[in-house]
Amino acid sequence: MTANIELTERGLYCPQGDFYIDPWRPVPRAVVTHAHADHLTSGCGRYLVSRAGDRVTQARLGPNANRVQTAVYGETVTINGVRVSLHPAGHILGSAQVRIETGDGFVSVVTGDYKTEPDATCTPFELVRCNLFVTESTFGLPIYRWRPQAQIFSEINAWWRANADEGKPSMLFGYALGKAQRLLAGLDATIGPILTHGAVERMTRAYRESGVSLPDTHYAGSTDKTMWGRAMIVAPPSARGSTWLRKFGNVGTAFASGWMQIRGARRQRSVDRGFTLSDHVDWPGLLDVITATGAETVYVTHGYTSVVARWLNEHGRQAFVVETLFAGEREDSPDNLADYADEGAE
Amino acid sequence: MKGFAALYAELDATTKTNDKVAALARYFSSASPEDAAWALYFLSGRRIKNLLNSRKLHAWAIERADVPEWLFGECYDAVGDIAETIAHLLPAPDHTDDRPLSWWVETRLLPLKSAPEEAQREIILEAWDALDGVERFVWNKLITGGFRVGVSQLLITRALENVTRLPGATLAHRLMGEWQPDASFWAQLTAQEDGAAQISRPYPFFLAYAVDEDFTALGPSSDWQVEWKWDGIRSQVIARGGDIFIWSRGEELVTERFPEIASAARALPEGTVIDGEILPWKDGHVLPFALLQQRIGRKNLTKRILQDIPAVVLAYDVLEWGGVDIRERPLDERRALLDSIVGAANSPSLLMSPLVGAQSWDDLAVLMRDARARGVEGFMLKRRTSPYRVGRQRGDWYKWKVSPLTVDAVLVYAQRGSGKRASLYTDYTFAVWDENRQLVPFAKAYSGLTDAEIRQVDAYVRRSTIEKFGPVRTVTPELVFELAFEGIQRSGRHKSGIAVRFPRIANWRRDKSIEEADTLETIRAMLPPESAE
Repeated sequence: MTANIELTERGLYCPQGDFYIDPWRPVPRAVVTHAHADHLTSGCGRYLVSRAGDRVTQARLGPNANRVQTAVYGETVTINGVRVSLHPAGHILGSAQVRIETGDGFVSVVTGDYKTEPDATCTPFELVRCNLFVTESTFGLPIYRWRPQAQIFSEINAWWRANADEGKPSMLFGYALGKAQRLLAGLDATIGPILTHGAVERMTRAYRESGVSLPDTHYAGSTDKTMWGRAMIVAPPSARGSTWLRKFGNVGTAFASGWMQIRGARRQRSVDRGFTLSDHVDWPGLLDVITATGAETVYVTHGYTSVVARWLNEHGRQAFVVETLFAGEREDSPDNLADYADEGAE
Repeated sequence: MKGFAALYAELDATTKTNDKVAALARYFSSASPEDAAWALYFLSGRRIKNLLNSRKLHAWAIERADVPEWLFGECYDAVGDIAETIAHLLPAPDHTDDRPLSWWVETRLLPLKSAPEEAQREIILEAWDALDGVERFVWNKLITGGFRVGVSQLLITRALENVTRLPGATLAHRLMGEWQPDASFWAQLTAQEDGAAQISRPYPFFLAYAVDEDFTALGPSSDWQVEWKWDGIRSQVIARGGDIFIWSRGEELVTERFPEIASAARALPEGTVIDGEILPWKDGHVLPFALLQQRIGRKNLTKRILQDIPAVVLAYDVLEWGGVDIRERPLDERRALLDSIVGAANSPSLLMSPLVGAQSWDDLAVLMRDARARGVEGFMLKRRTSPYRVGRQRGDWYKWKVSPLTVDAVLVYAQRGSGKRASLYTDYTFAVWDENRQLVPFAKAYSGLTDAEIRQVDAYVRRSTIEKFGPVRTVTPELVFELAFEGIQRSGRHKSGIAVRFPRIANWRRDKSIEEADTLETIRAMLPPESAE
């Protein structure tokens, strides 16, 4: 048995199947884990994505949307004799791990981004056993250990309630695709009206069209002052400091992200509150998943690659760093990441 | 510890000063006097020094968290703060603890200083096992210091005003100087009547705002007393109880550093407090501030140093006379009194801050051109009718500074910041071209960029690192910044041969390539004439 994927200039490639996984330049055939900009490149000849992610992918791709083929989770699609199937990654709606099985029985799994904690807006992570596991490592340091989301959501709602009681709008920043909808699902809509920024609104529509149930929201642009006092406004990080934000007057501001675990990262953003809520796996989750896959070889990508690879090597597993085009910018810089889903903001 | 940790979390969770004041007031009104006194002690930036070697803390954290040294290092690199790194890495505590802040400080923290290593270790591990989340972070911070949570002395005073209903000026005064954080201090602080005033206690300094360009708002220049703005150590000289105390603005007692000034002050009558500027001064002229810094750096004040770098106080104001607080009297009156006091003391180490004679704002603008050659930073403008206020307040005192010198320089090294910038590369070293077209580092600057710009530079630094030396990264020279600084001097200790004062980033020159950065020669041309040094 030999490894059935390799790293090329355009991304991870399966030579036998002649397709790429999350290529960062246009290729004839792409299998895409999820619709975030650093995984979904426009201009490819054909795309394979999960059925659950169809709507959000189309919303992101625009004119390229007609080239998208979908598969339900677990369905096997044969590409040039290679058996390919998509399995829930639990990161955002439609996010998938790509399982690739070649004739000799060798199985690779490419995770894209994933988390093991449940998420009301997407199918939970499914463990897939494999020989070669390609894992993300965005939060691959032991300082990243998430508290249960129920606690975080109750803190968010308490913060909102306190602001609303003072007649002050609450502005909660989260990535427009995925984080924003997960936040919406966790909000207590009895506190006040929920408003959305344009970029969030478009993605939320795609979620609703995909059958995800979310509390009622109002597009912020079509509301007036009378609604704002008790409102929760969900906006992308790029809206911070914008003129758009200023029209709401004195607002309480908060940022929901895994990076908020670190005090410096939180204070740097000059928001009132930082809520540590991540759509990525934390350190203990990462190690547990890697062990459970049974993989003999691990490729570590997207994040603290060298740290995780070194740890694995010191713990008897063969691990390699796989640099992606985005690694240089993403690894150390939460801020590039923070805004990756924000194009098209008002 | 729970109450104090909760206060810390509340303070940390908001950038709004009103919320901070409210949180402080709630804490001070509910805490025991002992806890309140300690909280005040730490929040006002005081710390207990040399409690524990941080290497030990580091080693025990690695042991307890069960991570390899290199991984601890990686975590520290991401967090930027040792206390926080440890708090994140330790396993969850095995029980909760309700003992108050004062108990933790007095029976656990203070004994660390003199305890043998094994006992220290026991104290630390016991605390880590008992304290949760924020409590643990706060505990670590008490040991490592650098307790920054965006609470200024002014906010603390406002909160205490709410709690005690005492005037802010009274509270600020009672908080000055050295005090023992205990229940009796808290009782004195919050008492409605002043007890026997602590004899060494200085007054809060009145600080000036930078003046706006528009002088018409200030009215006629004749309403203003104008002095030179000196670049020294702002100080108070106190003669009380037969003793002399010299305080720096940083509330450090520096009496022994300046024996000639202390001896001059012995001629002051009992119950006198003078506000002034300590300066290196010889033959009627000010010397470069760097010389005073050199003198402060010396452990032993040899005869030689006292001779080469004599220090004087230029007196600005008198705050107490005959044991009576006279800060409310108009400046004109205080200045006249000061004149007679300094005259009577008749010492070469205690001088009046000279007045600048000018008929109009325009005259002053003309005089400003020579400011740098005189070794001053500009003017101080003080309203003749003004009282001596507390802290930085607008309206009565202004500083009018000479425009800074500027240079376009290239970013060559970067280092992590601290506090809110701990996870970012924010401390930069800049270089200019020498005669051989080599880049020579000549200044460090820490401030001047917006948060968004800092993040962009941080990303650049990480992307363009050539080499790492400990905390310092060498980067590919590519970014050009306009640096501003207040003064420039020759220096044998710097490779570039020059040292600049108060450098900061004025502009990010995205329009310039590194070839367009300034040369050492351009900078040397800004040096004052040799004789002036």
